Order: sequence, then structure tokens, then C-alpha cells
Amino acid sequence: MMIATRELTKRFKSVTAVDGITLDVADGELVALLGPNGAGKSTTLRMLTTLIPPTAGSAEVAGLDVVTRQRDVRRRIGYIGQGNGAGHSQRGRDELISQGRAYGLGVRQARTRAAELIDSLGLGEVADRTVSTLSGGQRRRLDIAMGLIHSPELLFLDEPSTGLDPQNRANLQEHIVALRREHGTTIVLTTHYLEEADSMAERVIVIDHGRIIADDSPQRLKAKHVGDRVILGFGSEAEAARVTEGTREGNRVVITTEDGPRLAPSLLDLRPLTVEVIRPTLDDVFLTLTGRSLRDQTPEA
Amino acid sequence: MSSLVTDTRVVFSRELRPVLRSPFSIVFSMVQPLFFLALFAPLLPDDTSLQWFVPGIIVMSCLFGTSMTGSNLLYEIQTGSHERMLVTPLRRPALLIGRALKEIVPMLVQAVLIVLACLPFGFRLHPLGAVLGLLILAGFCVGLGALSYTLALASKNQEWLFWTVQQTLLFPLLLLAGVLLPIDDGPAWLRFLSKINPMTYVVNAERALFDGDVWSRAAGYGLIAALAVALLGLLTGVRAMRRSD
Repeated sequence: MMIATRELTKRFKSVTAVDGITLDVADGELVALLGPNGAGKSTTLRMLTTLIPPTAGSAEVAGLDVVTRQRDVRRRIGYIGQGNGAGHSQRGRDELISQGRAYGLGVRQARTRAAELIDSLGLGEVADRTVSTLSGGQRRRLDIAMGLIHSPELLFLDEPSTGLDPQNRANLQEHIVALRREHGTTIVLTTHYLEEADSMAERVIVIDHGRIIADDSPQRLKAKHVGDRVILGFGSEAEAARVTEGTREGNRVVITTEDGPRLAPSLLDLRPLTVEVIRPTLDDVFLTLTGRSLRDQTPEA
Repeated sequence: MSSLVTDTRVVFSRELRPVLRSPFSIVFSMVQPLFFLALFAPLLPDDTSLQWFVPGIIVMSCLFGTSMTGSNLLYEIQTGSHERMLVTPLRRPALLIGRALKEIVPMLVQAVLIVLACLPFGFRLHPLGAVLGLLILAGFCVGLGALSYTLALASKNQEWLFWTVQQTLLFPLLLLAGVLLPIDDGPAWLRFLSKINPMTYVVNAERALFDGDVWSRAAGYGLIAALAVALLGLLTGVRAMRRSD
């Protein structure tokens, strides 16, 4: 197991931010922690990356306890936080080399590795400029490069695409997926973007009020908690009323099923005028589980 | 395996790099002491010489630059690069010591520039004394820098707190050390406050040493005061850095 937590808990004064999370992540998994702001995703990540100690429970990362083996854990993981990792008065390449030195690379090794990452993340033109002059997307790619300088077996990303425009977001997601594909890196990221969790992760862990409320692949989460809806449209209410399955809404009949595309052809015998298959989103899953929509949450600044 | 020394070196050279990339930043940060030198020195009574005034200005330059240095860390706490460094295997004490040690470099450059600027006006340089004076000042500014970083760590998410404390302490420390005017003829309470200000002893030591008085009692007291400030700064700073998240 790359990550194993048991009843991991964090309390800040009277607030319980993380409330007994038990979680196993295997080598090579790409896991998204999904939940609204303040759900406890970042606090969980901060405990797993040794930034803050748990109040109760335990966590092992790469087989090492996050409290008693802090420095060994730090050596094995990469972390890309919500902010920008590079100092604003520094140059990108300098920061990459310092970062390599911080992980114990020799000067020459650090230079070589920095050059490789500058190349693979397309930072060639900006690496020797002061970080404060870089665009948001460029800074984010520099953050990724810094997180990868020591080729960690496990990479944590906290809200990696917050504040990026759609194009940069897609670009970032490609880099993350490629990293996993080419190096088998285990990746754990937090996000409140539903599309991001849906398109990237094979495993989505839904967190709310510091607890895990669902944990499965996006497909299975949707099938299990919401299901597809097949909507049949008819010429009149009378025709619609002939259908015994589902629920009628005026001229339309709504049938809920686990697999809409497979059911729809068999319904053509009922001779509807229109057939519509609506597949659920992870937001529908969240809504079913909590009664609230993730989309209501205003994204953080 | 990395050691505290190599970790400190990594942090030190990272801090120093922007300074080396734009060396003029050192000159900009000494504008205020230069104004005091240019606009205040001509007002000094005739019996008070540059020999008395310049060492104080060198300490002032060190105080102004070094007490603000925590704001760099404060900014890195806000942007996220401090957090990024906390997740690396760098030892916590190195994150503080490396930063504090870097303060020596701009201090030395500024001291040399101030001395050079004053030589044409009759300031006499005693090389051995000056070197010893700068060593004491190095200890003092490592301590001050570490205290400034401690303040920055304590002011996390409250930038106003950092500046309020820094600005509040700056001038009392400066005036009570007798940098601009001698304290000797002041009232007893003022002399008492001056006596408990460690910077007083550093300023007196610098005056003695820059005047070539190497084996003086003042130099000894200055050394002790500088070491005490360095020790205090490093101890509180390392403690604060260990608690930083």
C-alpha cells in the first residue's frame, strides 16, 4: 500500500476538520479527493505530507509513519500545494536546482534534472526569467516541475487547477495523466472541479464534513447512487399514460436505470416520438448523497 | 546523506541568489542610512567627528536592512513557497539558519560602501579593527535576522503585525543605542534604557574597533552582546520554524 490511514483525525480547537478517515491507496493509483471547500480534503493532504500532525489515528505513506518518520516520508513524496512553490524574486531554473539540492541531488545532477523538466514541461522560454513575471499557467507548470525534481513515487496535488483557465487546466491534466502512464507514479489530488475528478481519476473519494461518504470509480459511483435516466417523449398525455414503467411528467415518461444506453432500444416498442438518455454527473452523486449540490459552492478566490 | 550543514548551505545559497542576480538591491536598501550620513553628519558639533558617527551608521544600516528581512519569508508564506520547502527533507533549523546567515552578505557590502564613501571626508580606516568590528556585526545581524524571521513566522496571515512590531521597535532601538546623539548626558531613565539595549554595546564596540582600539573593554562587551543576540535569535527562530506549518 502506498497510503494507509486508520481513523485519521484532525481537530482545530472546536472544529473537527477530518473525522476518522480510513483509506488505502495502492501503488500506481490515480485518486481524486472530491468535496466542497472546507470538507477536509486539504487538511487530509497536509497530514499525509507531514505538514501537520494528526490529532488522532494514524497514517502511513510509502510504508512510513507520517509522525515518527517525517523526513523519510518527505524524501519519498512530491507535493504541489495550492500556492506557488517558486519564490517570486527567484528565477525558475534557480528554484528547480535549489529544489533538487534540497532533495540531496548533487549540483550537476540537479542542473541536468532541472533542464529535463524545463524541457518536458515546455518552460524553456521562461525558465530564466524572474518568477513574478510568469503567467499563472506557467507558474503552475513550474510548480509541477518542482514537485517532480526527485522523481517521487507518490505525488500529492492540492487543488492543482484552481485559478487556471480551461486551456491551462486541460494542459495540466494531460501532464498529470502522462506522468502516471509513463512513470507509474501514484497520484493523489484534491479538487472541487467535478469534471476534473470525472475525467482523470479512476477512483473518486467523496469527502464531506471530514468523512468519506463514497469511494469508487466515477462510473460505478454514478451507476450505484444515481443511475441513468431514459426520457421518452409522446404526442399526447394519453399515449404517455399507456406506459407502465417509470414516472409520467405530462407528455413524457422518465425511467431510471443503471444502464440507459442498453435499455433505450428495447423501449422503442412503445413507439415514442423522442428518446433521450441522460447520464448523471458526479454532482448528481454528491446531491444524492448529501442533499446539496457541489456547484452551489462558490469557488475559492 | 545530507547534514544540517549541507541543508543550511542549500537554503543560504537559495536566499543569496536573487541578491547576486540584482546586486543593486543592496544599494537601494541602504538609502536611508546614506541620507542620515549625508544630511545629519554636517549638523554634528565640531568635537563630534566622522570617526564617532560612521560606525553607528554602519550598525544602523545593518538594523534597517536586517530587521525587514522577515518580510521576505512572510511573502513566501503567503505565496506558498515556504510550504513547498517545508515538505522537502530540508531540516527545519536549516530553513532558519541558512536565511539568517545570508544577512551577513548585504551587511558586509553596505559597510564597505559606507566606509569607502567616508574615506574622502577624513574617515580613518584601521583595517584590523574594522575586520573585528564587522565580525561582531555579523553575529549581531544573524541574530537580528533570525528575530525578524521569528516575527514573520509569528505574524503568519497577519502582515500588519509584522510591520507594526518592526516599525515600533526600530527607532527606540536606534536612538537608545546612541547612534545619532550621545546618550551620556541624558537623564538617568534614558541612560538606563540605553544600558539594557544590546545594540548600545554593539555600537560602542564598533566605534572602538573602527578607531583601532582593538583590545578595549567596549569591544569585549560588544562581542558578548552580539553573541547573545545571535543566540537568542537562533534559538527562538529555530523553535518557531519547527512549529511552522
